[in-house]
Amino acid sequence: MLAETMGTKAVRAPSWKRLGSMREAGLVAIILALCIAMSFASPHFLTLGNFRAMLMSFSVEGIVVVGMTILLIVGGIDLAVGSVVCFAMVLSGSLFLAGLDPWSASLIGILASALIGAVMGFFVTVVGLNHFITSLAGMVIVRGLCLIITKGTPLSLFTLPPAFKAVGQGSFHGLPYVIIIFVAVVVLFDFLLRRATALRKVFYTGSNEKAALYSGIRTNYVKFWVTVLCSTLAGFAGVIYMSRFGAATPTFGVGMELNIIAAAVIGGASLNGGSGTILGAILGIALLSVVTSSLVLLNVSVYWQDMIKGCILLGAVSIDHFLHKRKAS
Amino acid sequence: MRNPVLNIRNVTKHFGAVKALTNVSFSLSRGEIHALCGENGAGKSTLMNIIAGVLQPDEGEIVLEGKTVKIGSPAAAQSLGLGLVHQEIALCPDASVAENIFMATTSRQRSLLMNYRKLEREAQDVMNRLAPIDVRRKVGDLPISSQQLVEIAKALTLDCRVLIFDEPTAALTEAETRILFEIIRGLKANGISIIYISHRMAEIFDLCDRVTVLRDGHHVSTEPVADLKPDDVVRLMVGREITQLYPPKQPAGERSHEVVLSVRALGDDHRFDCVNIELMKGEILGIGGLIGSGRTEIAEGICGLRAITSGEILLHGKPQAIRNYADAVNAGLVYLSEDRKGSGVFLDLSIAQNISVLNLDALTGRLGLIDAGAEAKLASDFARKLNIRMGSVDAPVSSLSGGNQQKVAIAKQLAVQPKVIVMDEPTRGIDVGAKSEIHSLLRELASSGIGIIVISSELPELLGLCDRVIVIREGTVAGELDAEAMSEEAVIRLASGVNAQNSQNRLASEHAA
Repeated sequence: MLAETMGTKAVRAPSWKRLGSMREAGLVAIILALCIAMSFASPHFLTLGNFRAMLMSFSVEGIVVVGMTILLIVGGIDLAVGSVVCFAMVLSGSLFLAGLDPWSASLIGILASALIGAVMGFFVTVVGLNHFITSLAGMVIVRGLCLIITKGTPLSLFTLPPAFKAVGQGSFHGLPYVIIIFVAVVVLFDFLLRRATALRKVFYTGSNEKAALYSGIRTNYVKFWVTVLCSTLAGFAGVIYMSRFGAATPTFGVGMELNIIAAAVIGGASLNGGSGTILGAILGIALLSVVTSSLVLLNVSVYWQDMIKGCILLGAVSIDHFLHKRKAS
Repeated sequence: MRNPVLNIRNVTKHFGAVKALTNVSFSLSRGEIHALCGENGAGKSTLMNIIAGVLQPDEGEIVLEGKTVKIGSPAAAQSLGLGLVHQEIALCPDASVAENIFMATTSRQRSLLMNYRKLEREAQDVMNRLAPIDVRRKVGDLPISSQQLVEIAKALTLDCRVLIFDEPTAALTEAETRILFEIIRGLKANGISIIYISHRMAEIFDLCDRVTVLRDGHHVSTEPVADLKPDDVVRLMVGREITQLYPPKQPAGERSHEVVLSVRALGDDHRFDCVNIELMKGEILGIGGLIGSGRTEIAEGICGLRAITSGEILLHGKPQAIRNYADAVNAGLVYLSEDRKGSGVFLDLSIAQNISVLNLDALTGRLGLIDAGAEAKLASDFARKLNIRMGSVDAPVSSLSGGNQQKVAIAKQLAVQPKVIVMDEPTRGIDVGAKSEIHSLLRELASSGIGIIVISSELPELLGLCDRVIVIREGTVAGELDAEAMSEEAVIRLASGVNAQNSQNRLASEHAA
């Protein structure tokens, strides 16, 4: 360590972010350990069917996690994602029922979600409210919109054409399209977050907004577009859910935002901004999903599940805080 | 000494590697007004914070009325009867004047409920001694000078034996200052001892009985005011030897008359007005002045970080339209913040990412992607050039020492090949070795043709490093000192406003002679 700090040679470390990758390796280890333990505890765990079900269950939420992670990195938060997922679903669904083709209806649903993000972004950057309060209001307002659009009753969409249903239900050589889309989104944004100049500005803004401002970065502009991105990805997820379920329920996604935020934070995103990786966040949501699946297979009552997940979040964040403090001192 | 109330014995205090106080002793008699002087960084505030329980001394003892005491917290200081009127206003803006005045008393009281009528009546009585401010108003709604009066009223309610005023008149009008002085004299008549910190010689000589001068964390002298003249105090404040080596200055013969940056009649309608600055090619221009004189604000105004309302900025003779910092960077004008951690570097990002921040466009390819190899190379090149001691360019900036962090902040700005760099306190809080390296670097940059402006509170740095010094007082240029006229005394005179009056005196005495 001493030799390292004394040396004057400028060398590039092998990994992009050593601390980040350490955390990701830790998460992979925990998930693997849990899987091995479960394979002994339940004969149904280590089956292709169960793994496919687990992967399917977090794939669509995973798309929302990607947006949330980027928003957390910029120092924001979005409590409205659950409502926006539902909003995209019921808006597209009712437009379809009104006679529009499902593809155009979905596009409008996604664009409307982006507009919600833009409105929240406006309140954050122009009016100057914080993300928490703005999105708390957004969560309630958008949920209200869902109820207004559907008049409170679920929309049955069994008339959706097979080509559209295939997006959520079909598969390519045994690999569900949902998983392909999920992996594509994750790989794309993970790459962009590492390499794209525009997303680098997200790190600068979230790490130290004043320093970013003093470096000529228009931080409000960055925050606005990241807010829009997060809502847009939530809308995209909502449309995929519609295709998968062939239905749109106005109460879908209640509480989803907490699961999403928990996953991103377990994966290393900081609520203070400036840090987080897509890979970490996806591992976070994978961990939560494995835990849920395990609890189901072990016949643990549903009533216990939320409590256990909450404890995992608290534990993960406490360990992180402890490690950070040790590093700082 | 007659009746010392408070005795500070051989107090030493370190902040990391920096020694803020070395073996300082200080004694305060009953019922005296004792002035404490010293330039920025002499250790006045550190000493006062130790007395007020905010900081703990590393060595030495504090004796109060013959008993050695340990002052562990501000609350402990208050219960010992030691009160401090802060230089920076430390009030709760959302609470009423009355609640603020009795904050300390309220936190000590045992009763469960607040008696607002009694609180307001008593607060109004105290407040009326200073100014007729309605104690039911919210502190945040009051102008700064009234807030300062509230801060003073708050201290008056404490049952104090010793009361410390840290530059209380900085925000007050003359009439308010006179009232304050009457009150301080009244306190003195009641046997309360006062420590009075000020840069204003006139106030010290009007009000105080004795004066103690600190310099570089050392006690220099304690004398009755009657035995001294303002000039003597200024001389005691300075007159230190320059222990540090500075790079050689620009030789007189090589001075260029080519103007790089020219600031004309710059003003922001608020903190500064009619500021004129010219920076010549190859020189390091120093900007001095007391903290709060508007130095930083002027620098921010020049670099587009603060809206200006009048004046113009020319680079190499061409007027520049600078509306924001991005414009300034494009024009070749960069600013290094005095607050390194707050607004200079991104602590949790890597060294490479810090150095590239201003230069992202140049590192970005056609697809909007950053060329990671080029970024690492840029960072490695600057790390080598500036001798940044680090593990790798991927290590977070938080892993570096203060001096190396500052080098990263400078590298970040050099990466855009600026024409002018404005540096605010470029060596604050970093160790002597790194400091001297940064000084040499600045000299090299200046020689290579980059205009350098250095704002500094440290007089040795201004005098040792800069070819020319401009002194700011109350938001405007108080004077300019070239290499021949430069001295600590001259800077302090300009900064504290002793100059005009004294040069007149000198003229008068010359006439008399």
